[in-house]
Amino acid sequence: MSIDIDTAARVAKLARIKVEDQDLPALAGEFNAILGFIEQLQELNVDDVEPMTSVTPMRLTRREDAVTDGNQQGKVLANAPDAREGFFAVPKVVE
Amino acid sequence: MSDLNKLTIAEARDALRKGETTSVALTESCLSAIDGADALGAFVHKTPEIALERAKAADARIKAGDAPDMCGIPVGIKDLFCTEGVPSQAASKILEGFLPQYESTVSGKLKDAGSVMLGKLNMDEFAMGSSNETSVYGNAVNPWKTGDDLLTPGGSSGGSASAVAADLCLAATGTDTGGSIRQPAAFTGTVGLKPTYGRCSRWGIVAFASSLDQAGPMTKTVRDAAIMGAAMMGHDPKDSTSADMAVPDFEAMLTGDIRGKVIGIPKEYRMEGMPAEIEKLWHDGAEMLRDAGAEIRDISLPHTKYALPAYYVVAPAEASSNLARYDGVRFGHRAKLAQGDGITEMYEKTRAEGFGAEVQRRVMIGTYVLSAGFYDAYYNRARKVRALIKKDFEDVFAAGVDSILTPATPSAAFELGKDVSDPVEMYLNDVFTVTVNLAGLPGIAVPAGLDAQGLPLGLQLIGRPWEEGDLLNTAYAMEQAAGFVAKPAKWW
Repeated sequence: MSIDIDTAARVAKLARIKVEDQDLPALAGEFNAILGFIEQLQELNVDDVEPMTSVTPMRLTRREDAVTDGNQQGKVLANAPDAREGFFAVPKVVE
Repeated sequence: MSDLNKLTIAEARDALRKGETTSVALTESCLSAIDGADALGAFVHKTPEIALERAKAADARIKAGDAPDMCGIPVGIKDLFCTEGVPSQAASKILEGFLPQYESTVSGKLKDAGSVMLGKLNMDEFAMGSSNETSVYGNAVNPWKTGDDLLTPGGSSGGSASAVAADLCLAATGTDTGGSIRQPAAFTGTVGLKPTYGRCSRWGIVAFASSLDQAGPMTKTVRDAAIMGAAMMGHDPKDSTSADMAVPDFEAMLTGDIRGKVIGIPKEYRMEGMPAEIEKLWHDGAEMLRDAGAEIRDISLPHTKYALPAYYVVAPAEASSNLARYDGVRFGHRAKLAQGDGITEMYEKTRAEGFGAEVQRRVMIGTYVLSAGFYDAYYNRARKVRALIKKDFEDVFAAGVDSILTPATPSAAFELGKDVSDPVEMYLNDVFTVTVNLAGLPGIAVPAGLDAQGLPLGLQLIGRPWEEGDLLNTAYAMEQAAGFVAKPAKWW
């Protein structure tokens, strides 16, 4: 499996990370090194193996369906790069 | 008493109880050691006011009687832990200026126990790295050195390891996703415990790979790891994977008696090209445990060689998902936008500016292995291999093995700034530690000797799930037999 420049650009887009065109070949090269290393996993026969879903077998505990937190607008917004009138502000999303 | 910063937790606790010193004196001693150690780059946010305030409160609590073991003990906190009102950046530019409005469960437990936070410690960005060189603060430095070259303290908990080894604090918190507590501990001649997955709450710790991340203590001795570890552990309803189990008194379990214990030596950890010194250290460690009355048994963990490649699918996959939250909207850095830029440009520019190269690489690898068409070939396959690795351990434990002895790292600390053009070369640092995270087991690195250049080397013991007490006791027996007392000569 080899990653070409177009694939590298597509992955960067999916990850929402801006990568300049001139940096794509180097990035594709690094991906190939890492994926080449990961490729060893194909040697194993894993047909009858269940994928691991939980590190320790446990039932997720449930709690009472009750409000335990809230009314913290100030704290929630305290670290926002741009907060206005009690909201997070972002560039226009809908035309 | 002089050199209070050089005390262990146990020594300081006992001295505090006897009224031979105060937490304020301990704290002042550490703060002055920290101010004289900027060359180590270990502490990246100093909090002397908080420290002295907590030290005074601790002294009052000790005087009143019935204070917990950690009361009055000055510690450093890895930058990955959210600490209320104190910068918590995960050593990333993207969290510049972030001031948590809450305290992580683990740092909160230490705080409630009366321990004194001296400041925040350097690390690899988002805990991704093995040399502390991916940090936005610049790298931490190992207090150990041989020639003129500065050495890495390891990573990702490099600042924690450096600070403990240089006696800037009595102990520190670390986190371990693939070896990030144990590798730096081994590189600095200190003790690092990664508890069983679920022992320490992950709540309020900046997430890297949630099914692998686990916090733990980094200390000067095994006894201190027992004391501090117990204070960090415990059930937390705010972390759904936190184990609802009692935490035993680990210190009381340190008898040093390991007669009849079965110690497994996995043949797959004997790697081609392993330095002779590491091989000898491993052999010597096994002999020490045999002399102490343990049975040494050759075992096989057949899927070991697939652990690192499986890890480099699972960890980036989880990281790409966890790090999706850094979007420039709710906290941290937001890029300056050009005329006409919309929300997608905001995301892309913010993340390109805010994440360093290694973090970007892992987020993109994670995105790739989770993308349509590759999910089964990579991610699902890696999860199946992970199940096989876990079963390897279950099989040897079922056959009566109590602990497993391995080297902690494939080398001693290496020079900072070494050109690593192939990212996979850096990943090999975790070759002996990463299996433990994949299987969710407890593991501990214990300093066991010096190499020919005089640099510390560590051995790793791996325990059964939830049996940290037994693991610590075996580590304690090995620590006593190894008699490692060397300290780095002060040059900073």
